[in-house]
Amino acid sequence: MILRALDTRSAIFLGVLFILAVAVPFLNQAMTPGSAAHLPSFAVSLLGKYLCYALLAVALDLVWGYCGILSLGHGAFFALGGYAMGMHLMREIGDRGVYANPLLPDFMVFLNWKELPWFWHGFDMFWFAMIMVFLAPGALAFLFGWFAFRSRVTGVYLSIITQALTYALMLAFFRNEMGFGGNNGLTDFKDVLGFDLQSDATRCGLFVATVAALAFGFVLCRIITTSKAGKVLVAVRDAESRTRFLGYRVEGFKLFVFVVSAMLAGLAGALYTPQVGIINPSEFSPANSIEIVIWVALGGRGSLVGAAIGAVLVSLAKTLLTGWFPELWLFALGGLFVLATLFLPRGVLGAVEGIKLRRSRPAREPAPQPAE
Amino acid sequence: MALAPLACLPFARLARLASLCIALLCAATSAQAETRDIIARLANAKFPVVKQVIEDLAAAGDPTVAPFLRKLRAGKVYWRKSDRAVFIAEREKRDYALFDPITGAKVDQVGRRAAKKVRVNNAIRSAIDAALAGLTLSSPKVETRLAAAKQLFADRDASALPALTAALAREKDPTVKTAFEDARAAILATSTAATPSERVKAIARLGERGGSDSLNALSAVDAKAPADVLAAKESAIAEIKRSLAVWGAAENIWQGVSLGSVLLLAAIGLAITFGVMGVINMAHGELVMLGAYTTFAVQEVIRVSAPALFDVSLLIAAPLAFLVAGGVGVAIERGVCRFLYGRPLETLLATWGVSLILQQLVRSIFGPNNREVGNPSWMSGAFELGEMTITYNRLWILIFALAVFALLLGLMKRTPLGLQMRAVTQNRAMAADMGVRTGWVDAMTFGLGAGVAGLAGVALSQIDNVSPNLGQSYIVDSFMVVVFGGAGNLWGALAGAFTLGVANKFLEPYAGAVLGKILVLVFIILFIQKRPRGLFAIRGRAVES
Amino acid sequence: MSELRTTEALLYLDGLEKSFDGFKAINGLSFSMKAGELRAVIGPNGAGKTTMMDMITGKTRPDKGDALWDGRIDLTTQDEADTARLGIGRKFQKPTVFETHTVEDNLLMALKDERSVLATLFSRTSDAQRERIGELLALVRLEDRRGDLAANLSHGQKQWLEIGMLLAQDPQLLLVDEPAAGMTDEETMRTAELLKGIAGKHAVVVVEHDMAFVKALGCRVTVLHQGTVIAEGSIDHVSANERVIEVYLGR
Repeated sequence: MILRALDTRSAIFLGVLFILAVAVPFLNQAMTPGSAAHLPSFAVSLLGKYLCYALLAVALDLVWGYCGILSLGHGAFFALGGYAMGMHLMREIGDRGVYANPLLPDFMVFLNWKELPWFWHGFDMFWFAMIMVFLAPGALAFLFGWFAFRSRVTGVYLSIITQALTYALMLAFFRNEMGFGGNNGLTDFKDVLGFDLQSDATRCGLFVATVAALAFGFVLCRIITTSKAGKVLVAVRDAESRTRFLGYRVEGFKLFVFVVSAMLAGLAGALYTPQVGIINPSEFSPANSIEIVIWVALGGRGSLVGAAIGAVLVSLAKTLLTGWFPELWLFALGGLFVLATLFLPRGVLGAVEGIKLRRSRPAREPAPQPAE
Repeated sequence: MALAPLACLPFARLARLASLCIALLCAATSAQAETRDIIARLANAKFPVVKQVIEDLAAAGDPTVAPFLRKLRAGKVYWRKSDRAVFIAEREKRDYALFDPITGAKVDQVGRRAAKKVRVNNAIRSAIDAALAGLTLSSPKVETRLAAAKQLFADRDASALPALTAALAREKDPTVKTAFEDARAAILATSTAATPSERVKAIARLGERGGSDSLNALSAVDAKAPADVLAAKESAIAEIKRSLAVWGAAENIWQGVSLGSVLLLAAIGLAITFGVMGVINMAHGELVMLGAYTTFAVQEVIRVSAPALFDVSLLIAAPLAFLVAGGVGVAIERGVCRFLYGRPLETLLATWGVSLILQQLVRSIFGPNNREVGNPSWMSGAFELGEMTITYNRLWILIFALAVFALLLGLMKRTPLGLQMRAVTQNRAMAADMGVRTGWVDAMTFGLGAGVAGLAGVALSQIDNVSPNLGQSYIVDSFMVVVFGGAGNLWGALAGAFTLGVANKFLEPYAGAVLGKILVLVFIILFIQKRPRGLFAIRGRAVES
Repeated sequence: MSELRTTEALLYLDGLEKSFDGFKAINGLSFSMKAGELRAVIGPNGAGKTTMMDMITGKTRPDKGDALWDGRIDLTTQDEADTARLGIGRKFQKPTVFETHTVEDNLLMALKDERSVLATLFSRTSDAQRERIGELLALVRLEDRRGDLAANLSHGQKQWLEIGMLLAQDPQLLLVDEPAAGMTDEETMRTAELLKGIAGKHAVVVVEHDMAFVKALGCRVTVLHQGTVIAEGSIDHVSANERVIEVYLGR
C-alpha cells in the first residue's frame, strides 16, 4: 500500500525531508558558531516553524484539494493542537513559575484561581497531552462535520461557517474565564520531556520531530489519496451527486478526511508551540486560517508536495518581507491571492505540470472545476 | 505625529465648544465677583452681619454658593487674620487647609492661630437652611429647581420638607411641580415622623412613579414601620420591579434593533452581490471602511475650508462614499471577479486578497491609528423614553438603514436595472439571450452592493472607531446575517440582521457580551444544518441541483 | 399495509404528491414496474419526469403517497446512497462522469463492491474486477480509451461511459434520463439497442423526448402530464389517445 502511494515526486520530497533532518542539526551542532557553515539556532526553529506550516498545508490540501471542502477554519484545529501541547508545557513548568505554585500555572495564580480547572487535569502527562493533540481537533472536526456534511452544507456556505467556527473559538479563547490564559495565551515554557527548550540540542530535536511528523502526514495523505477511497474523494469533489447515486455515503467520506485532516493540523500545532514558544488566541483568527488557504492555492491544490512547498515559500516570503518592508507584506499577500486565483488555478506545481503536458500532448483537459 | 489627534478634531466642533466656554465663563465671573464681595463681609462678622450676608447671598440667587452655605452651617468657614479673606477650612494635622469658597480649590495652608472661625448659632443655621432651599428650590431656572428636586428625591432629607412644601405651593411649572411632589413623597415615605396614612399615600405615589430611584427610596423604608406601610412598600416594590422588567426588555429590544440596523447596513450590500451574482465578496468589509474614511476626508476638508458646513458633512459624505466604494467595487468586479464566475471559492480567495490590499493601502495613506469622525449636532445627544435612553446617532442610523433598505427594495422591484438584475439572478443564460448585457449588469450590481457598503461606512463612522481594521470586525457578522437570512433576498437580510441583533442583546445579560456572540454563532452553525440555504431561501428544484 | 398490492411489482408508486413553493410538480402519480421490464416515460416539459426520478432515488421526499421497492422497502425513507445500494441506478440528463478520473477508474468506482470508507481505503483491484471492467468497456465501445481521462471523451462517449457505470453497479432498476440527447442518429439507435439488450436482466425506465428513439425501444410507454399519468400502453395505443394528442399538440 505504501509503495503504491509513493511516486517519483513523493520519493524526491521524502528525500529532501531526510536530507533536512540530517543536515540542519549537523550544521547547527557540529559547526562552530560564527563560521559561515554554522546554522544559528533561531534559524533551526524558524525552519521548524515552516515545516509545521507545511504539515498544516498538507492537511488542508487533503480536504480542499482532494475533496473540495474549502475550510476557512483549519487554523482552529492547528491552534487546538497547539493549546493541548501548550497545556502540557505549562504543567511541566511546575513550581518554577514566577509565583512558584507547584500546581497552578502563573496566569491562574494571577487570576486568583484556587483550583486547577477539570480540563487541565491529565496534561501533566506527556502521553495524555499527545492523545489530546489528536483528540481535541479530531473531536471538534467530527462534531462539526457530522452536522455540516449530513445536512449537505457545501461550497461557500460551508467555508463561511468554518470561518465562523474559528472566529467563535477565537472570541472564546480570548476570555480569561475559559482558563486558557486569555489574551496572552500560554507561554514561558521551560522544557519538554525534561529537555530545556532553550537549548540548541532540543531545538534540533524538535526540528527532526517536525520533519518526521511532516513525512508521516505526507505519507498518510498519499496513502489515502491513492487508495480507492481517494478516488471517491476526488469524485465527491468533481460530481458529488453522481457519487451519491453510485451508492457512496458522501458525508462519511467527507467526515473521514475532515477528521484526519484536523488531526494532522493538530499535530502541526503541537509541534509549533514549543518551537515558537507561545500559543495564543490570535492563532484562531480567521485571517490566519485563510492564509493557510493561499499556501495551498499557490503551491497547487490537489498536490500534497505543492501544498508543502507553497507553505514554506509564502512563510519565507512573509518573514523576509515583514523584516525588510513591513508595509509591503499585505500588498504582496493580497496580490498573491489575486494572482494565484486568476493565473495559477492549479498552483505553481500545476502550472509547471501544465507546461510539461502541453509540450508532450497538444490537447489538454481544462482545469478541474471545484465542487460547488 | 503628536499633533495628529488634535488635528483630527473637526475644527467647527472645536470652535463651537470654545465659544460656548467663553460665554459661560463671562457670565459666571461677573456673578462670582458679586458673590465673593458678599462673602468677604463675613470676616470677623457678628451674628446679625452673618445673617445679613446669608440673606444677601440668597437674594443674589447664585446656586454655586450652596456648598459654601452648607460648610458655613457645619462651622467649616474661617477667615484669615492676615488679609481678612474668607475660606472654607479643614483641619490638616496641626494646621488648617484653606479652600476657595466658590471653586473649592485648595489655596493655602496656615497655622492654627492664623485663621478664625466664622461662628454660627441656631438662628443662623435656620437662616442658612432657608437660603439653601430658596437658592435651589426657588431658583428662577427650571433646570435648577428640577435638579434640586432630584437631589432631594435621592437624599430624602427630612429637614428640607418645610422648604419643599413651601416651594410646592408656589410652583407653577407642571414638570417641576411633579418633581417636587415626587421628592416630597420620597421624603414622607421614609420619614418616621410622618403619619402612617401619609406614608402609605407617598409610597403608592412612588410605586406609580416607578424607576430604579423610586426603588431605592422604597427600600429605604425602615422595617420597623407600621404593617400597612410595609404592605404598601412591598406591593409598590413589586409593581416597580414589574415595570422595570418590561422596560429592561424594551431596552434590550432597542439595543438589539440598533445593533441589527448596523448589521443590516453592513450586510445588505453583501446580500446583493452574493444573491444576484453568487459572488462572495470578502472585501466587503473594506468597502465599508472606505466609506468611513471618505466621511473622515470630507470632514477634514470641511474643517479646513468651510467649518459652517460641518452639520451637513454626512449628507455630503454619503453620496461620495457611495461613489468611492461603488467605484472600487466596479473595479474589483471588472478586474478580478469577472474572470472567476462559476468558481465561487476562487472568488472568495481573490476578493480576500483585494481586502488585504485595500487595508494596507488605507493604512499607508491614513496611518494605522484610529481616526475620529465627528457627530454633527443633530446626531449628538440623547433623549429619554420612559426608563430608556435613546441616543440620536443610534436612532438616525436605524432610520438610515431602513431608508437604504427601502431604496434598494424599490430599486430591485421598480427600475429596469432591478429587473435585469433579477433576470440575471434567475437565469443568466436566458437573460443573456434576451439581450440583457449580463457583464454590465454584473458590474452595476457589484457596484451597487459596494456603494451600499460605502453608505454603511458613513453610518458606522458615527459609532465606531475609524481604523483600517474597521471592515474586518464586521465581515464575519455580516456573513452570518446573509447566511442566516438566505442569500439573494433583501427581506432575508432584514430579518436576519434584526433577529441576530436582538438575539445578541438578549443573550448578553445572561451570558456576557463575548459568550453571547459565541452562542449566536453556534446557533447559526446549527441553524444552517436545518436550513442550509437560510431563513428566506428560494426553494424549488432549480435551486436544489 | 400494502402486502397484497405489491407482490409482483419491483417498483410501486401510489398517489405521490410533491409541490415546490405552491407549484404541484407531482400530483397523484401512480406507477409500477415489474422486474426486468423496459419502460419509456414521455411527457412535455414540466410534466414531472425528473421529479419522479428524484423521488424514486431518494433525492426528493414526496409530500404524500407511497413508494415501495420490491414490495418491502419504503423508498421515501431512503437517501440517494441507500437507493443506489438497494439496486437503483440512475443516469442524469446531462452526462455526469468523473472528469479527472480515467475511464477505467470511473468504472472501477461504479463496480458493485463494498462502499464504506474503510473498505475503499484498503481495497485492491482484483483480476476479476479488471476483467469485468474490460467487458463493460467492450459493451460501451470504449476499449481504446481505458486509460484516458473522462474529461477528454466526446459528449456521446460520456453518455456511454455513464451507461457503462450504471451497468457496473449491476442494478435491478436503471433510470435513464434522456440518453439520446446530443447524440447522432447512429449513436441514438445504438443506444436503443443497448438498452433493449439490458432489459430482461435489469428493469429499465427511459425518459425520452425523441419519439423515434421511443419507437425503437418498442416497449410499453407511460405518458406523464402535470405530475400525473394520463395514458399507458404501447406506443401506438398512447399516440391514439385523445388526451395525449391534446397535451402534445396543444388545444
